Amino acid sequence: MPNRTMTRGLGIAYAIAAAAVAAAPLALNAYWIDVLNSVGLYVLLALSLNLILGDAGLFNMGHAAFYAVGAYTSAILNTRLEIPILWTLPASALVAALFAALVARPVVHLRGDYLLVVTIGLGEIVRIALVNDVFGLTGGANGLFGISRPTIFGHRLTSRKPQEFLYLIWAFVAVTVFLFHRLEQSRFGRALNYLREDPIAAEGSGVNTARYRLLAFALGAAWAGMTGTLYAAKMTIISPESFGSWESVVIFLMVILGGAGSIPGVMLGAALVVILPELFRGFASARLLVFGLVMMVMMVFRPQGLLPYRLLRFKESDLRRAEDAP
Amino acid sequence: MAAPLLETRGLRVKYGNVEALHGIDLAVHAGEIVTLLGANGAGKSTTLRAISGLLRPSGGEIYFDGRPADGTPAHERVRLGIAQAPEGRRIFGTLTVQENLDLGAFTRTDRDGIAASQAWIHRLFPVLEARRAQLAGTLSGGEQQMLAIGRALMAKPRVLLLDEPSLGLAPLLVKSIFRTLRTINEEAGVTVVLVEQNARAALKLAHRAYVMEVGRIVLEGPAAELASDPKVQAAYLGGKARG
Repeated sequence: MPNRTMTRGLGIAYAIAAAAVAAAPLALNAYWIDVLNSVGLYVLLALSLNLILGDAGLFNMGHAAFYAVGAYTSAILNTRLEIPILWTLPASALVAALFAALVARPVVHLRGDYLLVVTIGLGEIVRIALVNDVFGLTGGANGLFGISRPTIFGHRLTSRKPQEFLYLIWAFVAVTVFLFHRLEQSRFGRALNYLREDPIAAEGSGVNTARYRLLAFALGAAWAGMTGTLYAAKMTIISPESFGSWESVVIFLMVILGGAGSIPGVMLGAALVVILPELFRGFASARLLVFGLVMMVMMVFRPQGLLPYRLLRFKESDLRRAEDAP
Repeated sequence: MAAPLLETRGLRVKYGNVEALHGIDLAVHAGEIVTLLGANGAGKSTTLRAISGLLRPSGGEIYFDGRPADGTPAHERVRLGIAQAPEGRRIFGTLTVQENLDLGAFTRTDRDGIAASQAWIHRLFPVLEARRAQLAGTLSGGEQQMLAIGRALMAKPRVLLLDEPSLGLAPLLVKSIFRTLRTINEEAGVTVVLVEQNARAALKLAHRAYVMEVGRIVLEGPAAELASDPKVQAAYLGGKARG
């Protein structure tokens, strides 16, 4: 499968990116390091949505809900039971996955635009539930604070040294990219691609489409949930406004802009959506306007994304080989 | 004769409030080629989709190999041995020919068996081997139809359901594909249910035929008999002069 495996070019690109991130603290000030931290978190969110939107083709515009569930699960476990924040990673993954499976089950068969509307509603319901202090656990509009800093091998990460979080977040990115590339080539990954391209043909060929859709939702949500844990660990304060519908829209945009279904594309999309508005700070109040214009131009001239999963094209060699066929 | 491999009894399907099939009784025996003929809207494709499980019947029963298959979801029926090359081919244009064939074997885990099926399909349709690394969307219509049939065969089905394989193809290609269908039936003993508008070609290939009109079966019998039936000739074979 030529275009799907990790090619040598892509491997080199990853190595360069990893080296650049590792060396960043030498060249960048604390502000830009924090921007890179933000990029890392959004890369994780975009990759997790990519499983659902890019690979399985399910229009999920409420991804921030799973992010929120993960962040709040960790924050509650940490502040109430004093479980070290990084130890809550499996719990937030599990809770987010179960939540996703539960809410997606009745709606997952819906076609694109209908699912989009339902998931927008889901995102809002979760945000409003958090504001209303559900079960008396989420602290209402103020959110939760006093989340303890993560400790790794006895070393406590602090906000005065953002480069420490840089390494934590980007190590998680590296693991995620590796695992997701493996997943892409697995039976599970192939099944998702088939059902994205044509669910009826996939079902008719023996793919249990309902099950794989649900699994895609659960796995994407689990990863968004763990990203929520990292976010809570970094901020030490979380509140509902960090998980609004704008977050869902931005994550959706990253996937579409970068190239749905393409891991490097989605990572590039996340990086651009975070970094470009920073670069446009010179335009002061017009920076979001400029950013919006860039997005529109992009969608008009390259709707398949910056680094698309695969381009439909002829190859000369194919033609020649086919002509030689009996 | 032994019990039929595939049977429907009183099969009914509704689209909303409109009933499209008013009780279809079909019996297909192992090793047969059976064709469903009829005009547009007669319910041929609907019958096929109900058998493959892509449509839920509103009444009646479906039996496969003597067991009721009604409650079995579509993807499980593939495992039982019912595979279909759907109407409009529905191949994956953005995937390669090879990847399309791989999907057909999704339910199988026997590597050697899959390799053998693939070798056989490459023998039946050599062009699929020549174009295996090419994106399926760049194939011609005839090649796409071959791929759709090949993909269905990768599941190693006992019954192959074909929906209008001749649609939009040049007469010469239709002839070639139908010849291959006979080979598939004779070499591998695959039972074939063929829905066709090209009645002449279908009757030449099939052992038995059913004629459908607005959701009912109006005529059935050996294909050769139906081909010489004056009513069939008038309605589906372009009149007596050419029949």
